[in-house]
Amino acid sequence: MEFEQLYQEIILDHYKHPHGRGLREPVTGSSVGEAHHVNPTCGDEVTIRVAADGDVLADVSYDGMGCSISQASASVLHELLRGQHAGQAFKIMDGFVELMGGRGQVTPDEELLGDGIAFAGVARYPARVKCALLPWMAFKDAAVRAGVAGSSPSAAASEVQGS
Amino acid sequence: MTTITIPEGMPQYGDVPRFDVEKVRADFPILGREVNGHPMVYLDSGNTSQKPRQVIDAMREHFEHHNANVARSVHQVGTEATEAYEGARAKVARFVNAASPEEIVFVKNATEAINLVAYAISNSPAASRLALGPGDEIVISEMEHHSNIVPWQLLCERTGATLRWFKVTDAGRLDLEDLDELVNERTKLVSYALVSNVLGTVNPTSAITARAHEVGALVLLDASQGVPHIPVDVADLGADFLAFTGHKMCGPTGIGVLWGRYELLEQMPPVLGGGSMIETVTMERSTFAAPPARFEAGTPPIAEAVGLGAAVDYLTGIGMEAIRWHEKELAAYALDALGTVPGLRIFGPTTPVGRGGTISFGLDGVHPHDVGQILDSVGVEVRVGHHCARPLCVRYGVPAMTRASFYLYTTTDEVDALVRGLEQVRKVFG
Repeated sequence: MEFEQLYQEIILDHYKHPHGRGLREPVTGSSVGEAHHVNPTCGDEVTIRVAADGDVLADVSYDGMGCSISQASASVLHELLRGQHAGQAFKIMDGFVELMGGRGQVTPDEELLGDGIAFAGVARYPARVKCALLPWMAFKDAAVRAGVAGSSPSAAASEVQGS
Repeated sequence: MTTITIPEGMPQYGDVPRFDVEKVRADFPILGREVNGHPMVYLDSGNTSQKPRQVIDAMREHFEHHNANVARSVHQVGTEATEAYEGARAKVARFVNAASPEEIVFVKNATEAINLVAYAISNSPAASRLALGPGDEIVISEMEHHSNIVPWQLLCERTGATLRWFKVTDAGRLDLEDLDELVNERTKLVSYALVSNVLGTVNPTSAITARAHEVGALVLLDASQGVPHIPVDVADLGADFLAFTGHKMCGPTGIGVLWGRYELLEQMPPVLGGGSMIETVTMERSTFAAPPARFEAGTPPIAEAVGLGAAVDYLTGIGMEAIRWHEKELAAYALDALGTVPGLRIFGPTTPVGRGGTISFGLDGVHPHDVGQILDSVGVEVRVGHHCARPLCVRYGVPAMTRASFYLYTTTDEVDALVRGLEQVRKVFG
């Protein structure tokens, strides 16, 4: 397996030039939820803050440190989910989670996942799947805390056993 | 260049024991394989070593011809299995110069060896010299593997004792400045790594064991990264316990060793109860066998012990002194070569003195996971992460590191492949 498949230009670009990075103060009146997730095997960290205005995710801001996969994934998440209706946001999240669980056998829906399809190659590397999912699991928890309808608490899916 | 002549009568450079690394490599079938279309460059021996054909054959031979349970069979095959198992114990005892095979307890791995001591301590009655309580102290270090941190944290929680630790200097050495304060009359046990699994540092022993024994404390050495790589003589080290594991020294997984001074093992209560560890059993109570059987409840890892015995024979045949020199030369070569990579920072000693062939580093602006992935794409297998030594990563202010670890079969060509791979990493992330 050549690394080009894993490190698609899109991923490297999001890593080197992250979109909308930094935790932002929410607009007054919005409902805010935040979650901090870590991957204990590699020390990667992501904080996601969801600011909801009714059913709309007015802002999804983030901060973190870690490998290119986890940080690019947070940047893509921000691009895809900010401004979305909750229902559509969870549809995108489910699509991304399905893609990552597909061991490279799932054909990604570009319309739904946008730049997220670049992560299709990551799904072939079980050791890296949890890097890509880290921000999405944090988002899931942050959305619950923001009281966004349709979300359910994650079973800390990004918490994997340390060694 | 001036040639320095070593005076006659002194050990000459040519006297250093050596071996033919290509001949050694031919003993390891896996070293012929490819990874991602490239010859495999296995630089993760600190994680687990590869196995020579001699070890694989010994285990197959055992299963094919001598398999039976040990220590309870009167039949011929059982006798053979028992002799093989006890023979392996004797080989391991000779390998580390234990006073007798009875000082060798077979366990699952080094983690279990350390936990065995920790639980024997908390199982000890108050009158025992091993008993631990509030006010007592255990001393470890900041460069320990989690397996030499967590068992002591748990022991302190069970007993009310206090955990303290040696700091690590910027150069990657144990900071012994406060030795006399840190190891004091309250100290009951000092437990630290003989060789660091991250920094490669070979830690000093005499100053620490002398101070520990002066205040009546015991010393446990985690020699998981020591016994495979350097000659280890427990009589010479002056420690009380030594823990190491089979799979890092050309042996199989599933077997480790606790060496203890016999008079201490004798004072230790059992940890696991079951078959083989008893003297007599009534429905009300039991009495226990003498060590090492007291600590080997249940059917032990028999074939694994045979494999470990074969590994010890293999290493002895090549010579531990020769292996130490081989890795010292590799470390010198690799430290030089890695020094040419822009943006590379080595964690730990940067000179090949008082260190082994394990080198951890960071590459500016590139996460170790990404380094490891790209190295893997060109067949170079390294470990990335916190190496089960998170406090040490915190000490150096990084979330993770990349580690290359060498062994007797590692070549300078493989070090070159690592350096070329790092150029590739820099290209992708530059």
